[in-house]
Amino acid sequence: MPAPTLTRADAADETALQEHFDATIAAEHRIEPRDWMPEGYRKTLVRQIAQHAHSEIIGMQPEGDWLLAAPSLRRKAILLAKVQDEAGHGLYLYSATETLGADRADLTDKLIEGRQKYSSIFNYPTLTYADVGVIGWLVDGAAICNQVPLCRSSYGPYARAMIRICKEESFHQRQGYELLLTMMRGTGEQQAMVQDAVDRWWWPSLMMFGPPDTESPNSAQSMAWGIKRHSNDELRQRYVDMTVPQAEFLGVTLPDPELELDPETGRYRFGAIDWEEFKRVLAGNGPRNAERIARRRAARDDGAWVLAAATAYAEKHS
Amino acid sequence: MHEETVYDALTAAHGDDARWAFGAGFDDPLAGVDTTVPDRVEPADLGAYCLMLGDDALVLSQRLIEWITRAPELEEEVAFANVALDLLGQARLLLARAGSVGVLGRSRERAGASIPDEDALAYFRDPDEFRCTALVVADGGDFARTLVRLLMASTWRLALFTQLQSSRDPVLAAIAGKGVAELSYHRSHAARWVLRLGDGTAESHRRAQAAVDFLWPLTADLFTPTEVEARLAPAGVAVDPGRLREEVHGVLTDVLTRATLTVPEWPASAPPTGRLGQHDPGRSEELTDLLAGLQGLARRHPGATW
Repeated sequence: MPAPTLTRADAADETALQEHFDATIAAEHRIEPRDWMPEGYRKTLVRQIAQHAHSEIIGMQPEGDWLLAAPSLRRKAILLAKVQDEAGHGLYLYSATETLGADRADLTDKLIEGRQKYSSIFNYPTLTYADVGVIGWLVDGAAICNQVPLCRSSYGPYARAMIRICKEESFHQRQGYELLLTMMRGTGEQQAMVQDAVDRWWWPSLMMFGPPDTESPNSAQSMAWGIKRHSNDELRQRYVDMTVPQAEFLGVTLPDPELELDPETGRYRFGAIDWEEFKRVLAGNGPRNAERIARRRAARDDGAWVLAAATAYAEKHS
Repeated sequence: MHEETVYDALTAAHGDDARWAFGAGFDDPLAGVDTTVPDRVEPADLGAYCLMLGDDALVLSQRLIEWITRAPELEEEVAFANVALDLLGQARLLLARAGSVGVLGRSRERAGASIPDEDALAYFRDPDEFRCTALVVADGGDFARTLVRLLMASTWRLALFTQLQSSRDPVLAAIAGKGVAELSYHRSHAARWVLRLGDGTAESHRRAQAAVDFLWPLTADLFTPTEVEARLAPAGVAVDPGRLREEVHGVLTDVLTRATLTVPEWPASAPPTGRLGQHDPGRSEELTDLLAGLQGLARRHPGATW
């Protein structure tokens, strides 16, 4: 939509609207879809929520690859329910973007064309069934640390979506951890699978919090707008502090020789993250980037005739 | 919600078992149900019948799971997962019931002692021990074939479960009672799609008709009782599948006609070979592939607990 020319009266209105918006944010009240909002706020939110929705949908794939082969019917049911929840989260989040004027089909196209991102953790492969448990424990654990503060997002529909999503994610995390506990009580092969999966997923899970604060360009504005609540490094530290005791209880070693408790702060110090790897995967050169997108593209293109049929039927019978 | 409490909740012990997905708990799936075998019934017959109904559900569930992350719409991902979860739940109860009356075939020789009956039966039987029909085994094909098949399979199964609710076996009656609501949803979901596809575009009509023409002959054995059913039906435990024909033909004819599709001639009744584990050559190959995907990991770790 072309920006309308502002008259002097419009400009005065705009100033008043901006003041009202700023006051709403300052009072920690929520912005709702019908409220006036600055264009930058709207665009930032659409980008952030769409990226989150894409992550849910792409995130179905690494675990979904084990649905057919899950080693017990109970585990199959748990995993199927989890992957279904992720589809539901994606739908819920795309709906939130639609309250901001976005369109799901358009966002899907942007995902497939590489114009919008998703969490790069999902570009790693799931090599054994232990990966299903480790994704639940570490990846969902990290996602929860990132997302719990968003339950207080200044944008109402997003905050409400996040409350429901966080509840389900924490349930998934518990199920993943329970699978790992069971495997650690199992055969030597199963225990080795768990340790191997932890070795592969630990560092990528730390990268889920994004670049260090010194290199996170959009953070300050998002914090001021109340759509980001804590810095990347704060959340990463919180995740490490929460996870180390869980690893000890599980009986696995986190693959970081520098990991140690700082007795003064009560927090864990950890080694340097390989940000070059992060950038490489984010830029599309991770182990599974091409495959993840290709499957979404195939679903869209191969299913186009189905949507055309549904549209044609609805038009005939409206 | 205060965010600190949410973080705390993640590390604290959990006691809210109601939040586990259905069938995801540790309890015996038949806990609290009277598992006594009714009088005048051979346990071997009852177990074999449970395997027939359980294997159909397990195999069809697996066919639907093949769509997950590949469906044309996110709403269909959710719907397929829903239907697959329902069928998986039915399969688990039925296999557990077969195990509870001692029908485990050769599976117990292969599965470790720690593996529950439902998993021994699902993961450690060979294709010739599976008692599913050709309709559920056939390759899923495109979206049209998947939905036409779901319509046919759920129409048959709903008609059967509706009658099975009054079975003299309390376990079968309970499973059927729970399943009727699920299958009603499966059937109506499939019927809605068959209408859209049949009466949608020229391409969707062509694909839906091709699916009907391919699947129709696979109904030939659905209405022929096995010897097991012939013994259990008069005893009030099983349903004679011959009694389902009229209802199933009526519903399918109605939906297909409204979908502007041509209803093929009904095939002549064929012997229930699939129910005896004697799968037709083409189907046998498909079932072997499907079971290889289902069972491979579990069989590589026969002593493992998951």
